[in-house]
Amino acid sequence: MDALDLARWQFGVTTVYHFLFVPLTIGLGVFVAGLQTAWHRTGKEHYLRLTKFFGKLFLINFAMGVVTGIVQEFQFGMNWSEYSTFVGDVFGAPLALEALLAFFMESTFIGLWIFGWDRLPKRVHLACLWAAVIGSNLSAYFILAANAWMKHPVGYEVVDGKARMTDLWAVLTNSTALAQVPHVVASAFIVAGGFVLAVCGYWLLRTRNENRNENRNGKRSETRNDMWRGAARGALVMTAIAGVVVVGSGDMSAKLAFEQQPMKLASAEGLRHDTAGAPFSVAPGIEIPGVLSFLSTGDFGATVQGTENLQQRFEQEFGPGDYRPDQAVVFWSFRLMIVFGMATAGLSVLGLWLTRRGRPMPRWLSRLFVLALPLPLLAVTAGWLLSEVGRQPWTVAGELLTAASVSPGVGLTEVAVSLAIFTLLYGALAVAEAVLLTRHVRKGPEEPRRVAVAERREPSLMY
Amino acid sequence: MIDLWFVIIAFLWTGYFVLEGFDFGVGLLSPFVSANDEEHRQGLATIGPVWDGNEVWLITAVGAMFAAFPAWYSGLFSTFYLPVVLILVGLIVRGIGLEWRSKVSYPAWCDLGIVIGSALPAFLWGAVFANLLFGSAVAALVGGIFTLGLCVLHGAVFLALKTGGEVRRRARVAALAASVVVLPLAVVALSSLDSVPALVAMGALAAAAALIWRHREGWAFTATAAAIVLTSVSVFADLRGAPLPGLTLAEAASGPYTLTMLSWIGLIALPFVLVYQGWTYWVFRKRVQVAPAG
Repeated sequence: MDALDLARWQFGVTTVYHFLFVPLTIGLGVFVAGLQTAWHRTGKEHYLRLTKFFGKLFLINFAMGVVTGIVQEFQFGMNWSEYSTFVGDVFGAPLALEALLAFFMESTFIGLWIFGWDRLPKRVHLACLWAAVIGSNLSAYFILAANAWMKHPVGYEVVDGKARMTDLWAVLTNSTALAQVPHVVASAFIVAGGFVLAVCGYWLLRTRNENRNENRNGKRSETRNDMWRGAARGALVMTAIAGVVVVGSGDMSAKLAFEQQPMKLASAEGLRHDTAGAPFSVAPGIEIPGVLSFLSTGDFGATVQGTENLQQRFEQEFGPGDYRPDQAVVFWSFRLMIVFGMATAGLSVLGLWLTRRGRPMPRWLSRLFVLALPLPLLAVTAGWLLSEVGRQPWTVAGELLTAASVSPGVGLTEVAVSLAIFTLLYGALAVAEAVLLTRHVRKGPEEPRRVAVAERREPSLMY
Repeated sequence: MIDLWFVIIAFLWTGYFVLEGFDFGVGLLSPFVSANDEEHRQGLATIGPVWDGNEVWLITAVGAMFAAFPAWYSGLFSTFYLPVVLILVGLIVRGIGLEWRSKVSYPAWCDLGIVIGSALPAFLWGAVFANLLFGSAVAALVGGIFTLGLCVLHGAVFLALKTGGEVRRRARVAALAASVVVLPLAVVALSSLDSVPALVAMGALAAAAALIWRHREGWAFTATAAAIVLTSVSVFADLRGAPLPGLTLAEAASGPYTLTMLSWIGLIALPFVLVYQGWTYWVFRKRVQVAPAG
């Protein structure tokens, strides 16, 4: 273990952790904004209760996304000063733009939304939430443009040992980014969809007897069970649409990886030698002929480069060294990403079919929603491992090695101390967030009459 | 172009210190100027809608440094590694504390987080910049205590300005007490900066104390804000020759293309940011009162 290893661990731990909250913020924000819009349009009480309920869960999570994000911005300078000095001219620009164009909007308008319930006209208040949500999504675009540049650097030249930007537009419209942005943002909607479904599943089970009672009275007013069914349907639609986008953009990313990141593609497939009509290996030993070639080029017979041959080519181009990423991590994270992601998307399609035209949510399906909660989170985590471990040994593909990116003046002890501090703090906060979310989910939305009384004293989302 | 970007970054840091300065102060003081939970929440509600937006000034300042002066950015944060770790820890526990306080069963933990998380950055930013300028541990200590005291004073005046009732009265007392501590410190810390703005900042702090004594809270807040602006200006004026020991701005700067592009985007976007952030303060311009029981 040296400072480099620990710095990599720290980046991995803090980034994976950060990205558990980011997708929930992105997707849940849009979902809550949709609920509040529905309330604004229809005036139905149910929508307001759901807005406040999911709004609270959203804010608990939002706080975690914000504070863990600050660490990210400082970390490049702290642990990766050689990298930062090399790339700042190019990589810093989208980060500065992210802060200026996205973070200001997000954080200012979320404050207005939290505290503005009784200060702002309804329409303006709703617009504030949408502005905050747009800010969140915009930030995803900028940071992913920066990230994509590491894997497929464009619009720059190297002068005096530093990257110099020559074309900002090229950086912002990098093909890698344009494939990655819809993939990551849609996966965020799947994570949020899975979360909402788990919550709805829990409440559908808890309120499952209400419909019968109401029917016995002969009246058919909307029950709480109906409310949760409606919310679940909304989440199912969101997840299913996002599922289609994820598959489509994932396919685009695979085809781009074939051209831009052949080593990652070969490692993800465990393909060692250049192969015409390369097979897709479902697991080691189980292969479907020609499918990898088809997925990466659209042609079943095309040749896909293998890791061994690429290694030789890289050695010729860049000199001696090992240019292969950790094969097991890349291979398995690719499969887990697909399996967990597809399972969630598949569940949403199944749910939509089973609840079509007013059919009730089957109980086993509600249970499944609760059990499936971790799946999309595992899928996005695996996706990032594939994406970033697969980029190794480079921080900037073909330009800068990870080993040459680390801060020379930062010692092992310093990195170890900060890694320990962040890991402990993050661990404690994860437990606290889980407890807090569970408690608020169990408590459920305020009853309509109690909402009115409580609101007169203190809007429920305030401090 | 390089000078312009140095000024922009100094502007962003200054904005951050002025805005988060009172957030830190309010976070530190809220438990001590309130007699019950209602008043505690009243205190925190003064910064509730704005603290997150204020913090983005830091994120933008750091992002702009990364883009415009990569070597300054990476040098600064890798040199002051452990202080920066502690600042980050502070910002994490403060943000979580503020957002979760009303939603947890044991808000005492959140209160602890808010106090510690406000104190750490308020002290450490001063220590980091003082160390950068004077390169000594004593200077860092004095600088840190000075900015900590300055934040407490600034926050106390803000609380007095933005609340009513008992909290307002106690915040005024806290501001006077903070002035007694900050003024002698200011003489030591600001005179060592040896510049006109620093001297004016000293005057502004004395004026703030007099104004808060005479219940002129709005003007007192203007004075403490001015003191922070002038201190920050003075610090950045000193850093202009060498933002880090052995580094010049020209060496640290990005190429003219990047700086030009960022200038145009900043020129277009920044006015919007200032307008909608200003609007937030306008929406929440009223004093926060304790809700009548009922």
